[in-house]
Amino acid sequence: MLNIKNLQAKVEDKQILKGIDLQVNAGEIHAIMGPNGSGKSSLASVLTGRENFEVTGGEVSFDGKNLLEMSPEDRAREGLFLAFQYPVEVPGVSNINFLRTALNEIRAYHNEPPMEAKEFLRLTKEKQKLVEFDARLTNRSLNEGFSGGEKKRNEIFQLAMLNPKLAILDETDSGLDIDALRVVSSGVNKLRSDKNAFIVITHYQRLLEYIVPDFVHVLYNGRIVKSGTKELALELEEKGYDWIKEPAATASV
Amino acid sequence: MAKNSAEIIEEYSDKEYEYGFVTDIEMDVVPKGLNEDTIHLISAKKNEPQWLLEWRLKAYQSFLKQPEPHWQNFELPKIDFQDISYYAAPRQKEKLKDMDEVDPELIATFEKLGIPLSEQKVLAGVAVDAVFDSVSVATTFQKTLKEHGIIFSSVSKAVQEYPELVQKYLGSVVPYSDNMFAALNGAVFSDGSFVYIPKGVRCPMELSTYFRINAGNTGQFERTLIIADEGSYVSYLEGCTAPKRDENQMHAAVVELIAHENAEIKYSTVQNWFPGNKDGTGGIYNFVTKRGICKGNNAKISWTQVETGSAITWKYPSVILQGDNSTGEFYSVAVTKNKQIADTGTKMIHMGKNTKSRIISKGISAGEGQNSYRGQVKVGTKAENARNFTQCDSLLIGDRCGAHTFPYIESKNRSATIEHEATTSKIGEDQIFYLNQRGIDTEKAVALIVNGYAKEVLNHLPMEFAVEAQKLLSITLEGSVG
Ligand SMILES: Nc1ncnc2c1ncn2[C@@H]1O[C@H](COP(=O)(O)OP(=O)(O)OP(=O)(O)O)[C@@H](O)[C@H]1O
Ligand SMILES: [Mg+2]
Repeated sequence: MLNIKNLQAKVEDKQILKGIDLQVNAGEIHAIMGPNGSGKSSLASVLTGRENFEVTGGEVSFDGKNLLEMSPEDRAREGLFLAFQYPVEVPGVSNINFLRTALNEIRAYHNEPPMEAKEFLRLTKEKQKLVEFDARLTNRSLNEGFSGGEKKRNEIFQLAMLNPKLAILDETDSGLDIDALRVVSSGVNKLRSDKNAFIVITHYQRLLEYIVPDFVHVLYNGRIVKSGTKELALELEEKGYDWIKEPAATASV
Repeated sequence: MAKNSAEIIEEYSDKEYEYGFVTDIEMDVVPKGLNEDTIHLISAKKNEPQWLLEWRLKAYQSFLKQPEPHWQNFELPKIDFQDISYYAAPRQKEKLKDMDEVDPELIATFEKLGIPLSEQKVLAGVAVDAVFDSVSVATTFQKTLKEHGIIFSSVSKAVQEYPELVQKYLGSVVPYSDNMFAALNGAVFSDGSFVYIPKGVRCPMELSTYFRINAGNTGQFERTLIIADEGSYVSYLEGCTAPKRDENQMHAAVVELIAHENAEIKYSTVQNWFPGNKDGTGGIYNFVTKRGICKGNNAKISWTQVETGSAITWKYPSVILQGDNSTGEFYSVAVTKNKQIADTGTKMIHMGKNTKSRIISKGISAGEGQNSYRGQVKVGTKAENARNFTQCDSLLIGDRCGAHTFPYIESKNRSATIEHEATTSKIGEDQIFYLNQRGIDTEKAVALIVNGYAKEVLNHLPMEFAVEAQKLLSITLEGSVG
């Protein structure tokens, strides 16, 4: 589904991604861990087409198409979704109106007619339930005045509504209370299928007990320096990152 | 890849004004220049009574003595009043009885603007009094209005048919001595709309006028007078578009509203005149004086405006709250882009007891546009328990534009409550990106944000126009964000 080869990118003349290789197939869940500032969010930004990141090398194909050539909105319409680490507030635009516009833009891209109001309402109710999202938040301005946890939940609600092929969750667990963590994780588990895939960026092994990954990767200094199964996450929890940093530092000389 | 902000702004600035075409019709134009002869000529052409000629001449004298306004937040361009023609009318063989007799060129022009002139198009319930340059050429739905005793005609016609009504109210809210442009309008006003709603009548449809400036270099000076007698109600919409011109054209209209006891007037404007090109050449100078008076108790006047056009807009629709318990409202969205300037706001003058006013102003600036809100709230000594609420928001798109707020408050009564809130926000790249990431392109994203921002004002427009105004906002701001 997603095939990243030797991806390099810089921002403001600073090389952030220094050659990333990653392959994600349908039905898989990949976890990406790594110390602060190692480039995890940057990778998500580059994949989704954020303007200030400049790709300096490598290739990314998404379902056989060259992802890097597409506009951010087309990447989204092709089925790439990012649950932001820091969702922004958009005052004046109601959550529901925003979602409806998004959904219909994606449908239009696939030559489907806009969704009927009734069907849309039904879908909204169903997905609200799935991720236990407070109906009152649906009618408020997009993320405006939402608590940190409410914003994160809204990302998962949108994920449920838009039903992407590949979802990147950037630290969706940070800021969630224990109950919310369970709800969000069970939401993700219900949305899982053999047709979609998830990349879960997290600092905490705890999340990976709920959303069990097929692979765990460690990103350090713009490179994936170690990959393994879910046991790797446990090992990191125990030992921290130092043992991984050392060989990486030597390797980069 | 996504376009960067500079490219998008560039592209947007290049966008040509959509309504830039000129209708080729023979015009009856009075020679350029402003003097007593011009005024005599205009008055004679319109077959006006002596009192009106004298009133015009007094206005002219007042104009000569008036200083140019100097307090606005922009440099007033030098205007050569002798280089303007003060009267232009499409040459017509004789008086027109109905639509079929109207020049097809004219109708085609209106169609291009999307104005619902023919009756089938106005089934939505809009009576249109179309003003082409200076003369009213068609009036629809007269019959229904007549049944209710409502007068909706051109001012010129009202002068002939209801001289006593016109004489009683003309200049009663905006005297010619008010300001330079009001004086000029008094001297040379050409035409405009006249509305009278009799006691207890609720006008059954939205009344609407489309003004259109067409002849080159013709200043346009409408005069609109709306009177709502006791216990009556009327909603009036003024929409404007003008074709492209290289030379600046001046527009100095005067609108007067009179609401008697228990009456309500809702006045809505959608202004989309030629704003000039991206370098700031051409475009309309829009110097309008609009004022209403709540004469009786429990009267209400509400101004709603969506201003997207003109090179310079200088406009402060105001309400004098004379009757006890009367209410004044001002809802405004003003958009400036390229080199456009808008200096707009309102005056709420509280004189009666328990009078209330509400001001919601939303400025949107893009490109190098400059947007100023200028508002005055005055509370007189006798205005016990007067209340005002002002909210003044500015939205910036890009970083070369500006927003300015000038609230003036003057209260002579201690029981008054005056609240003022102001915010400035910016459409951020991260907001746009967030929406992009959900499959929404940048144009749509801006439209979504801007319409959300302006919603509170647009909600006060009559329904059928709210949709148009929404579209207009999106079209106006196309490509303006990075
Ligand atoms: N717009 C930018 N301008 C300059 N530097 C940037 C920009 N965006 C990211 N960086 C830098 O890139 C590096 C990687 O940042 P990134 O946000 O990808 O880290 P991260 O792995 O997601 O960290 P965290 O775990 O703290 O979220 C950091 O050093 C950061 O300061
Ligand atoms: Mg991060």
